[in-house]
Amino acid sequence: MSFSRRRKGTDSSKSQNLRCNIVKEDEKNNLYESPRKESYNSKKWSCWDSCCWFIGFVCSVWWFLLLLYNTMPASIPQYVTEAITGPLTDPPGVKLRKEGLTVNHPVVFVPGIVTGGLELWEGHQCAEGLFRKRLWGGSFGELYKRPLCWAQHMSLDNETGLDPPGIRVRPVSGLVAADYFAAGYFVWAVLIANLAQIGYEEKTMYMAAYDWRLSFQNTEVRDQTLSRIKSNIELMVATNGGKKVVVIPHSMGVLYFLHFMKWVEAPPPMGGGGGSEWCAKHIKAVMNIGGPFLGVPKSVSGLFSVEARDIAIARTFAPGFLDKDVFGLQTFQHLMRMTRTWDSTMSMIPKGGETIWGGLDWSPEGSSFNCGAKTLRNNSINNTDQIPNINLANMKNVNYGRIISFGKDVAEAHSSKIKRVDLLDSMKADMLANLTNCDIWIEYHDIGDHRIKAVADYKVYTAGSILDLLHFVSPKLMARGGAHFSYGIADNLDDPKYQHYKYWSNPLETKLPDAPDMEIYSMYGVGIPTERAYVYKVTTATDCSIPFQIDTSVEGGSEDSCLKGGVFSADGDETVPVLSAGLMAAKGWRGKTRFNPSGIPTYIREYSHAPPANLLEGRGTQSGAHVDIMGNFALIEDIIRVAAGATGKELGGDHVYSDIFKWAERINLQL
Amino acid sequence: MSSLRRRKPINESSDSKHKAEEEDEDHDDVDADGDDDVNGKNKKTPSKIKKKRGEKPPKQPKWSCMDTCCWFIGCICITWWLLLFLYNAMPASFPQYVTEAITGPLPDPPGVKLKKEGLEAKHPVVFVPGIVTGGLELWEGRECAEGLFRKRLWGGTFGEVYKRPLCWVEHMSLDNETGLDPCGIRVRPVSGLVAADYFAPGYFVWAVLIANLARIGYEDKTMYMAAYDWRLSFQNTEVRDQTLSRIKSNIELLVATNGGRKVVVIPHSMGVLYFLHFMKWVEAPAPMGGGGGPDWCSKHIKAVVNIGGPFLGVPKAIAGLFSAEAKDIAVARALAPGFLDNDIFQFQTLQHVMRMSRTWDSTMSMIPRGGNTIWGGLDWSPEEGNSCAKKREKKNETQIADQAGSENAVCKAKSANYGRIISFGKDVAEAPSSDIERIDFRGAIKGHSAANTTCRDVWTEYHDMGFAGIKAVAEYKTYTADSLVDLLHFVAPKMMARGTAHFSYGVADNLDDPKYKHYKYWSNPLETRLPNAPDMEIYSLYGVGLPTERAYVYKLSPHAECSIPFKIDTSADDEDTCLRDGVYSVDGDETVPVLSAGFMCAKGWRGKTRFNPSGIRTYIREYNHLPPANLLEGRGTLSGAHVDIMGNFALIEDVIRIAAGASGEELGGDQVYSKIFNWSENINLQLDEEIPVHSSS
Repeated sequence: MSFSRRRKGTDSSKSQNLRCNIVKEDEKNNLYESPRKESYNSKKWSCWDSCCWFIGFVCSVWWFLLLLYNTMPASIPQYVTEAITGPLTDPPGVKLRKEGLTVNHPVVFVPGIVTGGLELWEGHQCAEGLFRKRLWGGSFGELYKRPLCWAQHMSLDNETGLDPPGIRVRPVSGLVAADYFAAGYFVWAVLIANLAQIGYEEKTMYMAAYDWRLSFQNTEVRDQTLSRIKSNIELMVATNGGKKVVVIPHSMGVLYFLHFMKWVEAPPPMGGGGGSEWCAKHIKAVMNIGGPFLGVPKSVSGLFSVEARDIAIARTFAPGFLDKDVFGLQTFQHLMRMTRTWDSTMSMIPKGGETIWGGLDWSPEGSSFNCGAKTLRNNSINNTDQIPNINLANMKNVNYGRIISFGKDVAEAHSSKIKRVDLLDSMKADMLANLTNCDIWIEYHDIGDHRIKAVADYKVYTAGSILDLLHFVSPKLMARGGAHFSYGIADNLDDPKYQHYKYWSNPLETKLPDAPDMEIYSMYGVGIPTERAYVYKVTTATDCSIPFQIDTSVEGGSEDSCLKGGVFSADGDETVPVLSAGLMAAKGWRGKTRFNPSGIPTYIREYSHAPPANLLEGRGTQSGAHVDIMGNFALIEDIIRVAAGATGKELGGDHVYSDIFKWAERINLQL
Repeated sequence: MSSLRRRKPINESSDSKHKAEEEDEDHDDVDADGDDDVNGKNKKTPSKIKKKRGEKPPKQPKWSCMDTCCWFIGCICITWWLLLFLYNAMPASFPQYVTEAITGPLPDPPGVKLKKEGLEAKHPVVFVPGIVTGGLELWEGRECAEGLFRKRLWGGTFGEVYKRPLCWVEHMSLDNETGLDPCGIRVRPVSGLVAADYFAPGYFVWAVLIANLARIGYEDKTMYMAAYDWRLSFQNTEVRDQTLSRIKSNIELLVATNGGRKVVVIPHSMGVLYFLHFMKWVEAPAPMGGGGGPDWCSKHIKAVVNIGGPFLGVPKAIAGLFSAEAKDIAVARALAPGFLDNDIFQFQTLQHVMRMSRTWDSTMSMIPRGGNTIWGGLDWSPEEGNSCAKKREKKNETQIADQAGSENAVCKAKSANYGRIISFGKDVAEAPSSDIERIDFRGAIKGHSAANTTCRDVWTEYHDMGFAGIKAVAEYKTYTADSLVDLLHFVAPKMMARGTAHFSYGVADNLDDPKYKHYKYWSNPLETRLPNAPDMEIYSLYGVGLPTERAYVYKLSPHAECSIPFKIDTSADDEDTCLRDGVYSVDGDETVPVLSAGFMCAKGWRGKTRFNPSGIRTYIREYNHLPPANLLEGRGTLSGAHVDIMGNFALIEDVIRIAAGASGEELGGDQVYSKIFNWSENINLQLDEEIPVHSSS
């Protein structure tokens, strides 16, 4: 009723009569309420005015501040920081320049997965106006504006792993490709800036940008990226007076560069035809940063259910948000469909099987990693309490070898107590895939309920059986992956089959090049809990959803357990476990081994993680996290020294905080 | 309360009484129906009413000036955001619809059109940007440039020019002795396609061409931007950055990764000269050259598609070097005489610009070459009889009709003496040569330096010259292309000393002379031979139909301290002879006269000549300038202007066809609007190889 009345009031002239009657009533009301409202000024401002005023005021203040900010001399933030935290240490570039270091060897950066920018060269209707704009990297503006279009363009063809018809997305080239991932989020920028301090510039630095979605060999097939890198390295050596290059791969770039070193020496159609001495002639050192030499468990959960710890946690906080198809977006399924077309993700599936990653009842890490310093104390107390009960303590050891377990009890039970139904048997089980009409293609819909159950019934998967699992749940994906990557350990490296390119990025199935003067560094952060194994559950299978999820309700009970939110953690840099980053340099390639026939010297440089002391430090200068380590001063200093000519010995050889050498001993690898 | 209601007080006049009444009524109404309505909106109304009605209404709340301001800004902001939101929500094709609704359906961009014809990426393409259009970024700088690491100093927004102009000038300058980096400063060219796709935001250079090439399948791996530091002399780009080696290696890579298909090179503006230099460099033996062997070009290059190439230099370069002004600046000076000359804020803008640009060796690559043979002498020029824009032509005719044939002689005498590239005074520019009294400046003593120490911070060589020297320059009165070089040597000896080590401006008598193996001759088409590559093609693409600077009338400026003593005399105007604001214009693309862009392809290299011993085929493609029909078209798709021509659809189509494999014949051979062939005939240049060479071959 009141509503209609109000409306009438708008055309004031007509309804005056009506109102007269009401005035008195109104006055009563006024008297009634007036005591409460003394405080109000009789403003003539309507809400609209106030809004305008308020916004205007805010804008003015904002502009004023902006003006002040812009006129502020550039050095003020530094003064402020210094006033708070005491004088800052010189950045390594400045420090080393004072020591007299100058440009010596040209450097090559090999960015990792995800960090390199991708831009559109040809697209469908929906991507109009995005020509040569970044789809990946930069502001990701288009992701929000037209998410489906974006996902469509970022996907590859799921048969060939190359461009879908009518779409060409290409890597950005030049240093800008990966200096910043998004605005303000540096990747290589800090390192570049520090190298520039001692005289590096574009002619002595080269960003070997590649399309990180493709399998390594396909980057050559489609873009001739490997040829490009070869040609550019040759050019840099030629224009810098024959000085060899220092290669700095990061993350997946490490595997990519392993592939490159094999490719470049292999004979033409498949390889680059550089001859067997190419690496020895052109490369001084390979300084791997956070290299997942043996894969990362994270990629398994990524492929299996598109979730890493971060997503799993988000899901527990807002259970409905990600699972229900809010707005009908089916975010996860789209993500999964997209990432599954990227062959490169399969390069990081754990390699070496149970030999490296541990079996049902053992793992190289054992219980030796303590999840955080606080738990360290707890642990020791626990141990002293329970000295006699060693057995129990042992039982409580984390079974890192079981990379995927269904249910916490399974994850912790002794292997003899676990009943497993063989996966392969059930593979032959009925193929009654209920073909639901999901417009989102993921292979789970071809599987059917029975197979999903079979997966869960197998209960525990080790690094060896993970592969079977992935083959089982997504045969097409793995068929593509199997053509480009291999995850085993070579028995006999002279077997001619190892000349195929699919083995080139697996350090356990290739020999390093014959380059005794070369040096290989493995540099990575330690001291951050890193995903190592998962506890899964089967979700109530609704149509068109991913049937498996990390069981975030699983907690380790006491603090000494590394199980948190369904994820077992080990030491590492938050993405790559120490085992993967360090084993090759610590054992596989140490001295003259069958993987390293020419005895290329290897060095391990670990950087203990220390979070930034305060907000002003940004992402910290002592970070050990996978990407943030690129701003770690100690790491940058090492790199600059090597680029300026130092050898590993001069750097101080190995520099180790973790138990990598201990763990390496437990691994029984024929060398 | 409905928001409609609420607005009323604003919409109504500010008459408070009136308003008060109305509002009362409104509130009455509302409160009546909202007896139990105790929501916040109504809360304030009763008290208002009470105050207004019962007691004396207190002072109206004050709209102080501040408040009004805030309110106003708020309104603007909200509208702005609303519009912005609408703009962002607008489908991307909307502007196109609007344009089509106004101007009729747009023609397909050439890339789309040719894709429909079935053309596909074939030959890899190499872009060679010109002077000024390539971006430069800072790699190492002084204190004042903190925070600019890897930011563009040149290109992009030029934000730093305004924020710290002196610092900017300091960093953009090169060392004036060596022509290389000054101590502690490293400014380097941006690399990749981004180097010169856009010069400033929204101001395309190569972007349109790149986009159209991408339509038929080109991408990063088949396109290469040969970015170089355009401030350096050509050979120095190799010395400092190894740019030439880089280009060589990249072309080889392009050919290798594209199944042996040769590249199509597309140089623009000064890039044309740079690429001439490159072709000689790459085949020259190692220490000085690239050691690619004598058939490198024929193995790797399909065609060189020169766009707006100043093969023989541009007169504009003279004005730039002589007094740091081109037509644009001269006109600006005429409009606001005080602004540029008086040192407002002590900026000494022009002097700084001059000091900076004089350290750039590359500007000297564009000094007119070939001397009087090409550019004309005191009393003749190849363009004789050129008439300016059509409108003026009409006027000319009526005049002639009025004055009958009797005045014919005067008319003839009045035709512009383009050969006199610099004249002091309009009368001198127009007088027959016999009437001009010239005093040779070459021997003149420069007199003792008039420079006081005050001018120190603004270094131009004029201050070493002294008053006598300046006077001597003016006494010589007219300068042709030959004497111009002497003039520049006289007024800026240090600069020219640097320049002559890297460039040469003559015509070779005997190309077999071993001295021509030196790199300083490589960028002068009149002193080098084209490579031995009979399958290669050379195109000269340029715009015509725009008045282009060709000769200048100068005056001595009142000699204030620390200022440049010569100025274009903007008061000199003559409708008959294309003299406007002290500048004689001829046909061209606004920067490069037709003569410079077309002569080599029209005559110097046509057929087998001594400059083109292997008979590389040459084609001239001219594009008649049409200004954009309306604002929606931006810089136009039919433009012939020096840079805007990069967006000319006809030109892009030609380029794409060549890249997709077409030969010059298939394009239709020459396409000429100007009188370039007539003018070429006027030029008496020896083209046959010397007899002994003939007999030997």
